[in-house]
Amino acid sequence: MLALQPDMPQFPAVVIRHLTKSYRRGGQVVSVLENISFDIDAGDFVALMGPSGSGKSTLLNLIAGIDRPDSGELRVADVDIMLLDEAGLADWRARNVGFIFQFYNLMPVLTALENVELPLLLTGLPSRDRRERVEVALGMVGLSDRMTHYPSELSGGQQQRVAIARAIITDPTILVADEPTGDLDRASADDILALMARLNDELGKTIIMVTHDPHAAERAHHIRHLEKGVLTD
Amino acid sequence: MYLLKLILRNALRHKLRTLLTVLGLLVAILSFGLLQTVVDAWYTGANSAAPDRLVTRSAVSLVVPLPVHYRDKIRAIDGVRSVASANWFAGVYQEPKNFFPQFAIDPVTYLTMYPEYRIHPDQLRDFMRDRKGAVIGRKLADTYGFKLGDVVPLKGTIFAGNWEFVVRAIYEGATPKTDTSQFFFHWEYLNETVRTRAPQRANQVGVFVVQVSDVSRAAEISATIDAQFRNSPAETLTETEKAFQIGFIKQTEAIVIAIRIVSFVVIFIILAVMANTMAMTARERIAEHATLKALGFGPGFLGGLIFGESLAIAFAGSALGVLLTFPVAEWFGAKMGTLFPVFEVSGDTVWLQFACALVVGVAAAVVPARRAAQVRIVEGLRAVG
Ligand SMILES: Nc1ncnc2c1ncn2[C@@H]1O[C@H](COP(=O)(O)OP(=O)(O)O)[C@@H](O)[C@H]1O
Ligand SMILES: [Mg+2]
Repeated sequence: MLALQPDMPQFPAVVIRHLTKSYRRGGQVVSVLENISFDIDAGDFVALMGPSGSGKSTLLNLIAGIDRPDSGELRVADVDIMLLDEAGLADWRARNVGFIFQFYNLMPVLTALENVELPLLLTGLPSRDRRERVEVALGMVGLSDRMTHYPSELSGGQQQRVAIARAIITDPTILVADEPTGDLDRASADDILALMARLNDELGKTIIMVTHDPHAAERAHHIRHLEKGVLTD
Repeated sequence: MYLLKLILRNALRHKLRTLLTVLGLLVAILSFGLLQTVVDAWYTGANSAAPDRLVTRSAVSLVVPLPVHYRDKIRAIDGVRSVASANWFAGVYQEPKNFFPQFAIDPVTYLTMYPEYRIHPDQLRDFMRDRKGAVIGRKLADTYGFKLGDVVPLKGTIFAGNWEFVVRAIYEGATPKTDTSQFFFHWEYLNETVRTRAPQRANQVGVFVVQVSDVSRAAEISATIDAQFRNSPAETLTETEKAFQIGFIKQTEAIVIAIRIVSFVVIFIILAVMANTMAMTARERIAEHATLKALGFGPGFLGGLIFGESLAIAFAGSALGVLLTFPVAEWFGAKMGTLFPVFEVSGDTVWLQFACALVVGVAAAVVPARRAAQVRIVEGLRAVG
């Protein structure tokens, strides 16, 4: 299940062609992404860098299927996600995308264990199997002894580790992380980055991470730079 | 299981807010129940009417009496089993506010016709032997502490003068819905006294109660009775006991309608409160709803969470409200004494209370659930931090 998959099919996990996105603000159309084209290979670990407001989060949201581009091509996990309707896209996300947010976005009324279990509700897995999987995932992020803690009883770094366990629990095709260390101190940030590197390394997870921290970006295999909505390398 | 746990924990997130909402619901559902019970109490007479009993009264008005000799003519009509009479007495016990209904009756036929008034044979014998004797209901006895042998003085209104009666029997109701707030005495005693004080008013009765042997012929027999006295100096109007009682209640219908309206206004107010609570709740959780959507949960799941929480709160408040309705109604009924002969919370009232809770729970969740379903993920996620 969460085991190493050395014989992954070698198609690009993400194919982006001439992607554009603009927002309407006060009657004015503001272009946020212009003619973006690049691929991300399965098993890659990519950092998206750039100054604030350059469109990093917007690009990541498009790849993750929580926002819609205006035009271009976007294939993720071998699916043309621009063709999917809302329900189809939701279904696709549940199977293919693991989310890691800057502010963790855990449910405050659920324990670490229950938070990690949440995405499995969509799989129809029986409750006992869900439990087993959650325990393995929490073990992998080093939180076996914090399973019944609520988010408010955990440090930021621990909360982010719960969030990572939640992101990998369904074994998705890609992991997307928007400033995953943006709210953490140096030491916790290093822990999280090490964990993500391990997921990429040992489990072959494809990771796309937005960051403006060069130190964090060092962990990635490739770095892409955005400047005012345009890819600069 | 998981979903239920999540719903309940969500509901208890803001304990004070939930507690206040539950208390509001409790009060609203309780008030609603009591007001419905007041309306029911108003209709007690109509609801406990028997289908085989007709009431014959003057066609002119309820306050115009009929000659007592009509009884024999009515009894002679085909299909009539027996005929009793009753005069509304309207005496005052100590003060006008101590209201209870009093009737002068011809005891044997009348009491036979009302088997729901249960009287001990010994007491019945004592009553029959005492010209000034009275049969009173259990609730009336309890309200004023009347016991067997007590003398009850009544100040006449329709029939002037001071009257004294001796409690000889206390009847129990066959069911909790039976009116036991009444006071019956001998028509003979009334008539003898009237004959000496106001001879022109002697030998008159207020209404005849006519028992028919076949319920399906009630309408036909009513028509025959009224035809019998057409073009006589005292024409009659005969209707079923139920129709008679409803006609009586009709006089105070405006009050009943007002009470009904108020009871639904109360529910409407708590609906507004509840809708506000749910709207606040949903607004605070926009980021959580966006996160759930990002993870792949659809509008159905979010709707389930919101409707579930709203219904859980509505159910908690209404269950407490329903539970409290019974003791409060009992206390209220006792306080009101004989003003409301029967003050019982009916099964229908309880169903209505829960139905109101259901409507409140569902209606309060509609808008927040729609909002949650429509929240755009990227915008919702921005609401964090
Ligand atoms: N929903 C939106 N409506 C209007 N403008 C938006 C919206 N989302 C993002 N933007 C704008 O798009 C640009 C890029 O935003 P974003 O992708 O969040 O940048 P980054 O993550 O690189 O800081 C910014 O100028 C931002 O203000
Ligand atoms: Mg950003």
